[in-house]
Amino acid sequence: MSTSIARVHGPAQRSADALSRPVATRTEGARARWARRLPLLPALIYMIVVTQVPFLATIWYSFRRWNLLIPGSNKFAGLQSYRQAFSDPTFLTALVNTVEITASAVVLATLVGTGLAVLLNRHFFGRAVVRTLLITPFLVMPVAGALLWKTTIYDPLYGLLDFVLSPFGVHHVNWIGRFPIPAIVTLSVWQWSPFVMLIVLAGLQSEPLDVLEAAKVDGASTIQTFLRVTLAHIRRYIFLAVLLGSVYIVQTFGKIYMVTQGGPGTATTNLPFYLYEQVFNAYNVGVGAASGVIVLIGTEIVALGALRFAWGLLDTVQARS
Amino acid sequence: MRTWNIRLTRVPSAARNWRTDGHHRRLFRRARLYGHAWSIFTWLVAILLFFPVLWMVITAFKTEGKAYTDPPTIVFHPTLTEFSQVFTSGIGKPLEHSLFTTLVSTGAVLLLAVPAAYSLSIKAVKRWRDVMFFVLSTKMLPVVAAIIPIYIVARNIGMLDNDWTLVILYTAMNLPIAVWMIRSFLLEVPVEVLDAARVDGAGLVVELTRVILPIVLPGLAATALICMIFSWNEFFFAVNLTATRAGTMPVFLVGFITSEGLYWAKLAAAASLASLPVVLLGWIAQKQLVRGLALGAVK
Repeated sequence: MSTSIARVHGPAQRSADALSRPVATRTEGARARWARRLPLLPALIYMIVVTQVPFLATIWYSFRRWNLLIPGSNKFAGLQSYRQAFSDPTFLTALVNTVEITASAVVLATLVGTGLAVLLNRHFFGRAVVRTLLITPFLVMPVAGALLWKTTIYDPLYGLLDFVLSPFGVHHVNWIGRFPIPAIVTLSVWQWSPFVMLIVLAGLQSEPLDVLEAAKVDGASTIQTFLRVTLAHIRRYIFLAVLLGSVYIVQTFGKIYMVTQGGPGTATTNLPFYLYEQVFNAYNVGVGAASGVIVLIGTEIVALGALRFAWGLLDTVQARS
Repeated sequence: MRTWNIRLTRVPSAARNWRTDGHHRRLFRRARLYGHAWSIFTWLVAILLFFPVLWMVITAFKTEGKAYTDPPTIVFHPTLTEFSQVFTSGIGKPLEHSLFTTLVSTGAVLLLAVPAAYSLSIKAVKRWRDVMFFVLSTKMLPVVAAIIPIYIVARNIGMLDNDWTLVILYTAMNLPIAVWMIRSFLLEVPVEVLDAARVDGAGLVVELTRVILPIVLPGLAATALICMIFSWNEFFFAVNLTATRAGTMPVFLVGFITSEGLYWAKLAAAASLASLPVVLLGWIAQKQLVRGLALGAVK
């Protein structure tokens, strides 16, 4: 029976067979089908109500003009909010800053994180301790980490950076003021490299040993083995880390709020911070919502890639079980 | 380390007496030296990246006068003054709110996610694939784009600065991760075990509590830990939707921005206390952490 269904339903049904779990079929009665759906419904309805409705509402608000402080100002305004956003130089700066911060932080965190994973994927004294030390920056409350970097590290007079670089003739540099974006990016890389490291390390440890052995028998050097065999295997893990990391880092808010407040001037204002200022300082719902929709579109372009990737991931998850 | 491995496999006859073979002994020594160098390098990098955290903890045990000196003070008498300062400056309430929102939302996540994951794995609905992707796609939406309607609704129904608002949002935030994770744990329950239980006439309740639960309990614990980490550290919703009556620990730390550059030791003490629970949980759950971060896709 299952083979005939597989022919009818195509790949989805086949992989369900690979699961060798009973999956609902057309032959099942309506009651049985609902019995299967029932446990799913509370979570599904909750997710639709709490996560989907607000986004639809944001799109709705983006077509309106509404100042929260002026009662009765809530009116339909068409694309006016979008026009207003795109003619606001701060918005355009925020757009560029978002891309700049996200791209550099993701690239650097991926390089550092992959490097750390390769270093950790060896047997050496105190490996578990080293791993514990390395994941800690990711666990420290991001807001706490941001405050700490702002004061004890970046401070121009008493900061550690100033102290470490003083033998090289660097004195009392206002790091945050002079290099605002690198300051934020460094902090992000510090926090997100362990994230990449954990995912890539999982990839490295799932690498079949016999393939590595075969490469060695064939006389491949360590570097050749890494580039041709290992990198090909962990590519998908790196890709997963990049996509998830991008989705998280594009939303960076706490660090900017804590360290620079978007400044100096608008040097580190990214879209989330711009949106925050529009809504909670200017009480401008329309423009805030319009920039929210733009963040949404930008993120979805990246996320679409992630989802396509995850589609393939589901197959491997099943194949294993 | 790798070099001698290659030689060994390529020249197996040399393997037996490599200790006496001068060429291989040299190779082995050199490889071991490289190995040690890499290990030391790894340790140095780890210490470098961990140092900001260590420095935070060290600073927390200083007096204010010793916290900002040029050069930085390394030798000092540790004191708990700043910790007691933090406790008397009202860390109690934010701590309570953080604990409440974290624990209640994590409980709610498990209550919703376990049955859902069951419907997506053990007794899967027909379109489980589509559901999994819908679940995942909610995680890909930027929360910043949702804040406006959430803020307006919360304001209109008088739920601003309320613990339950954060509970509702944190539950939604962690639900996708939990569904994906718990499903991956449920898939590991051997089919034979389930079949055996059914043949023995076990009903749904017995199947769930006696057969499935004991097997996936460690997985559920790991899922709960990850939900706790994310809820505890959440800042964006907390800072925009709460203030004095429901402000969580991250919001409490914002209060230190105003005293910019003045109270480093007190700030370090508060930051250490705020980070401590999640750092400990993360250390305990580090093996499972990766699975949660990669949405259950990577073991």
